[in-house]
Amino acid sequence: MNPGPPGRSSGEAAAESNGAVLRLEDVHRSFGGVRAVAGATFAVAAGEVHGLIGPNGAGKTTLLNLVSGFLAPGAGRILLGARDAGGLPPHEVAALGVSRTFQNIRLFPDLSARDNVVVGQHLRRRASFAARLLFLPGARNEERAAQEEAERLLARVGLEDRARAHARHLSYGEQRRVEIARALASAPRLLLLDEPTAGMNPVEVEAVARLIRQVAAAGTSVLLVEHNVRLVMEVCDRLTVLHFGKVIADGAPAAVARDPAVIAAYLGDAA
Amino acid sequence: MEALATFYETYQSTIAYVGLNALLALSVYTTLSCGQLALGGAGFAAIGAYASALLTLRAGWPFPAVLLAAVVLPALVAVPLGLPVLRLRGVFLAIATIAFGEVVRLGIVNWDYVSGAEGLVGIPQKTGVWMIYLALALALFVLGRLRGSRWGLALEAIREDEPAARTMGIPVARYKLAMLVAGAALAGLAGALEAHFTFMVAPSGFGFEKVVHMLVFAVVGGSLVHWGPVLGAALLTLLPEILREVAPRVGLEPGPLRQLVNGVVLLLVILFLPRGLASLPLRGRARRARWVES
Repeated sequence: MNPGPPGRSSGEAAAESNGAVLRLEDVHRSFGGVRAVAGATFAVAAGEVHGLIGPNGAGKTTLLNLVSGFLAPGAGRILLGARDAGGLPPHEVAALGVSRTFQNIRLFPDLSARDNVVVGQHLRRRASFAARLLFLPGARNEERAAQEEAERLLARVGLEDRARAHARHLSYGEQRRVEIARALASAPRLLLLDEPTAGMNPVEVEAVARLIRQVAAAGTSVLLVEHNVRLVMEVCDRLTVLHFGKVIADGAPAAVARDPAVIAAYLGDAA
Repeated sequence: MEALATFYETYQSTIAYVGLNALLALSVYTTLSCGQLALGGAGFAAIGAYASALLTLRAGWPFPAVLLAAVVLPALVAVPLGLPVLRLRGVFLAIATIAFGEVVRLGIVNWDYVSGAEGLVGIPQKTGVWMIYLALALALFVLGRLRGSRWGLALEAIREDEPAARTMGIPVARYKLAMLVAGAALAGLAGALEAHFTFMVAPSGFGFEKVVHMLVFAVVGGSLVHWGPVLGAALLTLLPEILREVAPRVGLEPGPLRQLVNGVVLLLVILFLPRGLASLPLRGRARRARWVES
């Protein structure tokens, strides 16, 4: 392995030629005295599945919260395309084409699975409330289209027969899949997945892996936080490893897996 | 036909109050629909009532213009109130908005121009019962069209999980403010209609008790659907009238019995129908759906 973060320079070159969807430049965030993210720099290219891994407490979820607008960075820049999105509120970040799921599922429990996904299309709908109030066909057609789109997305995650069930009545794995469908409903340019397969059985994990590849093939970049090493190695084009809020490795999965710094971070320093 | 006319004559005021209370209950529902417990309704009703009374008595405005002002003025007041206060959550929002209502009430008590605690009297009766029900029908229509629409679903999303709603691109603060403003407008309208129905307004009618009643209407009726609060308002307005007839026959004073029955109804609903009376038909449907599935 090269000294220093392997493959960093080639990664930046690739990101630039593709036009990086997301670029973090020396991002910092502390809570009190804890430096959760301490100078993270990496980029996610268009159509790429980018894994973000690291031991517990490495700052992965903090980083997702920074990118999705739930936290403002203490320092550094978070670029979405050309726009510095650091510190924007979540709904404005969403309008820039970022969508996410949550580590502890956050569906709308009293809405049906289909309505959950319809809410996900909020930003894509244009009809006015006046049109809805007056029963105009424009509003009605848009509504029907939104419901059909929601059913298509549910079919895509294998839940076409659960569309009418309340989210609270779905199994854990089903809820995770509805959350992915809801996140896709906004047609995002960047999809942030926070441990999407936690608590899933191997068959479901396989289905999610296929889905992630399809999403990326259709042009949406995916930033994936995941503990399932096999899934990560299988679906990611690129991996970034965080340790105590710092990027300790960044590159192709196979190279990162052999990186001594990564092995040390996960297994403890043998020396 | 004759009997119906006499019935209407006798109970006209009760019928009017069912409608007025339904409007007030809907004003609490608007903010509850996005999960916000805002209890400034009595304050907004007071603003609507006093503004309309003054415009009629001192400025001689025509009644439609008076009603419009009673809708617009509380709505305008709700904006600077809501901007800071809606950042609070749960019980803190409730306390802050109750405080607003008290400030309005105490302001009126200490304002000589509107005769302080005595209130304004001699307001001409301009409210027809039909106006109350027209207003109620319009409010129900708009809220009904909201339900299930893009905006209605956004409100439900905010109620269910605010952070998730924000990641869907829903501008949560704007939605909450819009519903507070809508609720203020409804309360103001109800206040103005009541003032021009009962000939008088007094600050004692807009105390903490008033807003508790408004909330109880919404809770008993159920706030998951827009007609729930109307149901609650109707039941709890009619019940005392029925008790007034029944109580003497069982040898009881109607006053204390009324409080007792109201309390028991509220308790029963909270224990056995936490989503209110309106959840009864929905419940039946859910059971049938489950039966069909299995």
